[in-house]
Amino acid sequence: MNRFKSKISTKSAAYQENREYNLGLSKLLKERYELIKQGGTPKARQKHLDRKKLLVRDRIKLLCDKDTPFLEVMPFAAWDMYDNDAPAAGVVTGVGVIKGRECMIVANDATVKGGTYYPITVKKHVRAQEIAMQHNLPCIYLVDSGGVFLPLQDGVFPDKDHFGNIFYNQARLSAAGIPQVAVVMGSCTAGGAYVPAMSDETVMVRNQATIFIGGPPLCKAATGEIVTDEELGGADVHTKISGVSDHIAQNDEHALDITRNIVENFDKQKKFDIGREEAEEPFLAPEEIYGIVPKNIRQPFDIREVIARIVDGSRIQEFKENYGMTLITCFARIMGYPVGILGNNGVIFSESSLKGAHFIELCTSRKIPLIFLQNITGFIIGKKYEHGGIARDGAKLVHAVANAQVPKFTIIVGSSNGAGNYAMCGRGYYPNLMWMWNTGIISVMGGEQAADVLATVKIKQLEASGKTLSKEEIDLIKKPILEKYEHESSPYYASARLWDDGIIDPLNTRNALALGISMALNKPIPDQKYGIFRM
Amino acid sequence: MIKKILVANRSEIACRIIRSCKEMGIKTVAVYSEADSKALHTQLADESICIGPPPALQSYLNMEGVIKAAKDTGCDAIHPGYGFLAENSDFNKKVRDAGLIFIGPEPEPMKLLGSKVMSRVTMIDAGIPVIPGMKSSSKDINEFEKTANEMGFPVLIKASAGGGGKGMRVVKKIEELKTAVESAMRESQSAFGSDEVYLEKYIESPRHVEFQVAADNFGNVVYLFERECSIQRRHQKIIEETPSPIMDAELQKKMGETAVKVIKTANYNNLGTVEFLVDKDKNFYFLEVNARIQVEHPITEMTTGIDLVKLQVQIASGEKLPFKQKDLKQTGHAIECRIYAEDPDNNFMPSSGKILFLKVPMSPGVRYDSGIYQGAEIPVFYDPVLAKLIVWAPTREEARNKMLIALKENVILGVKTSIGFMAKCLEHEEFIKGNTFTDFIAQNMKIGTEYNSGILNKALIGAALFDNQKKKTTNNNVSVSSEMSSPWQTIGYWEICTGSTK
Repeated sequence: MNRFKSKISTKSAAYQENREYNLGLSKLLKERYELIKQGGTPKARQKHLDRKKLLVRDRIKLLCDKDTPFLEVMPFAAWDMYDNDAPAAGVVTGVGVIKGRECMIVANDATVKGGTYYPITVKKHVRAQEIAMQHNLPCIYLVDSGGVFLPLQDGVFPDKDHFGNIFYNQARLSAAGIPQVAVVMGSCTAGGAYVPAMSDETVMVRNQATIFIGGPPLCKAATGEIVTDEELGGADVHTKISGVSDHIAQNDEHALDITRNIVENFDKQKKFDIGREEAEEPFLAPEEIYGIVPKNIRQPFDIREVIARIVDGSRIQEFKENYGMTLITCFARIMGYPVGILGNNGVIFSESSLKGAHFIELCTSRKIPLIFLQNITGFIIGKKYEHGGIARDGAKLVHAVANAQVPKFTIIVGSSNGAGNYAMCGRGYYPNLMWMWNTGIISVMGGEQAADVLATVKIKQLEASGKTLSKEEIDLIKKPILEKYEHESSPYYASARLWDDGIIDPLNTRNALALGISMALNKPIPDQKYGIFRM
Repeated sequence: MIKKILVANRSEIACRIIRSCKEMGIKTVAVYSEADSKALHTQLADESICIGPPPALQSYLNMEGVIKAAKDTGCDAIHPGYGFLAENSDFNKKVRDAGLIFIGPEPEPMKLLGSKVMSRVTMIDAGIPVIPGMKSSSKDINEFEKTANEMGFPVLIKASAGGGGKGMRVVKKIEELKTAVESAMRESQSAFGSDEVYLEKYIESPRHVEFQVAADNFGNVVYLFERECSIQRRHQKIIEETPSPIMDAELQKKMGETAVKVIKTANYNNLGTVEFLVDKDKNFYFLEVNARIQVEHPITEMTTGIDLVKLQVQIASGEKLPFKQKDLKQTGHAIECRIYAEDPDNNFMPSSGKILFLKVPMSPGVRYDSGIYQGAEIPVFYDPVLAKLIVWAPTREEARNKMLIALKENVILGVKTSIGFMAKCLEHEEFIKGNTFTDFIAQNMKIGTEYNSGILNKALIGAALFDNQKKKTTNNNVSVSSEMSSPWQTIGYWEICTGSTK
């Protein structure tokens, strides 16, 4: 494949301005992430440490092999929600390497409201299990949780994808041959007790871990029985008497060491072969992405300039270079893995839809993973295009995306609006992993358009009753809508609600994708089947 | 007896000192700046302490910081290495005032020898031959003219406080003298804050020959023979050898005894180096004393079999010299090449970066004193010495040949080095003949020639062959994927949001 020839001038004023702005965004992301990494309040952390317990991120570090990556997912969960009481929603989730095996780690942070489950916490836990299922990742649960966050029980307990779904998933994962291991390092009460109980193997820390369906206060209230935590459900009880747990550890470090030994006896992960080659670093400097992505993200930019700075050797092979040019489709490699990339260079027309569907067919029949780089305000509109059947052609792209059986990865690099989000493999299309760049924005349509639509509706209503509105009055109607859209389209707003698996800095894209592709290959890629393409 | 030593230095010399200490059963503490947190010396020492930010003034030159680190870690001595604080008599005194042993001479002789003018006067009085010239600096142009006419041209103007060639001027004719003196004064003023300059006889095509001397605290002084360090670029030695190609038994004895006399005159103890210039007629002139371990000390070790760092520690511990002059013997020939991170094709500009690949030459008689490892970062803040390649063989020609092979075997990728340039020096017929004068490089080596281009061509051919081979395996439909490590194994520690690798 040939090297992409960049047209970027790093000397231009626009480049410098973009770079400065985007570096600022990058700094903000790092600062916010550092804040999240702190977990609970200093007081809560100190209390935790005083009990000789390790902080959640230190536990993960000890559990994983030294000098290996940790692909954290959904770190921004609950950001700016629940009065900011729940950094990372009180549970750290991510993929790490243990004894050479990629594992999904779900670790409660007891310094955040005792590790209790907020609605977003449940969503995060369930999503982590979904990722584990999709990538054949053994699950390690580091349990240290008080169970459901009672004040918000209606958003946690009863529904289909609420708390109960966690144990359902554990059973299904285990049935699929994906090992489930619980390491109980603190309390684990009531419903939570099923996490270790439903696991294949369980470790408990002496004088620290407890498992019971009903705790001492409940016992006393219900039956009058007076019993201590340790007597009721301590590590000794469960490893010697009840058999609920299999291994006993003296402290956190010991428990993690035992867990590493448990993982050592799992089946070896075998990677599905998609013809990997030697990796090559990008030839064009990835740092230049900062100067390429515009400060005003609604301004157009050539997505190929971005692609070339992510892929091996900056080499790409474009497909239908001169047709449907608002959608770029190209083959490339990421750390040696072949990939098919779709990236937006404008709104989607009929031609771009057909081109995209064709390209996806090529990739799925060759078993090449797909990467979607979203910078899309939507499909083309207007009489001419409706008559031309844009809905029908758009449907072909959506159909191809929905049914593509290869690993799919989506990154929102710029705008993500309307049906464009769907056609470019939005969250509803089950991409294996989905990230948002800190430069991205997401909403059903742009704030301006939404405000215009709503203002027009209002004006029509008033006109019907014989009133007209001044420009000031119209602006007054539009203002709150603009503000709402501005606030809600932020990547932090999106990631807090788990519309994606995290916010990443553009420079981390290559590593994140490579790790994602590698773990997707823990499962074979099935042969492709499609439904009916509307012609 | 010394039990724990703080090594107030970095890079190869810090590693060198730590290794000798290990052999002596002495614990070591390394100090490092924030730029050196992963440097080799911090890994070799028993303990290491960060003493400040990257700029040397705030770290390696921070006297209080270094002494505090020594106190905090329970050291009983400080070894200053070379450069940085090694010849700073204030530091020397402060170390002793803090109740620690300074591994080096007493502050008084160090201060005396630190001043070129003072030491010159002292040595003239003691009858040591020095380059004819003015006894002290002057501002009277008439005095310059008078002295110059007496000595005969060419003459050399030097700055009293000088070093590194700043403020130096060679003057060939009386008419040029006045302007040269004035510009030398200006340059000296701006470089050293003092406009004191003086005049010396200019020795044409001299050799730089120095004598290694050791003195204990009981008045015993011996010399461990000479080192010739004439191959210099920008007044910095790059290739050193011993014995000197011009040396004979008579001259060696005469110079050695003079060196001992210099040391006794200055009331100097511990290891030191007495530097001389030798002219075409084998007349020699005292230049100065280096009151520290020298960069080029290994060639003396190779030819005498004595570990000079150990000797320094023994003397500082108050032990007597374990040998007398008659016990010392010089065997065979040793050469050292200093491998700098610098670009000989671009006027020896320092080159910083990461050592991407390192292959260290190995064979009998080859020694590699280095402060680097594959993956190490070379910071921009310090002297760019990466390593010293030292060889020993029975004769000069065998040693030269061994060095050439070793240089070619020594591969360092990621930063530019002087390896290719030094190989060209060693291959030069004037070097083979032993015509090594301090202007060797200016006379014989073309600066700006692409010394590494031959290697580049070979590398390109190699890369092309490799690429071709790789394609073959793909064409044969043999997948390489299964043998390749996944990104999970190759990326190393990495954090999703920050990309941090720490």
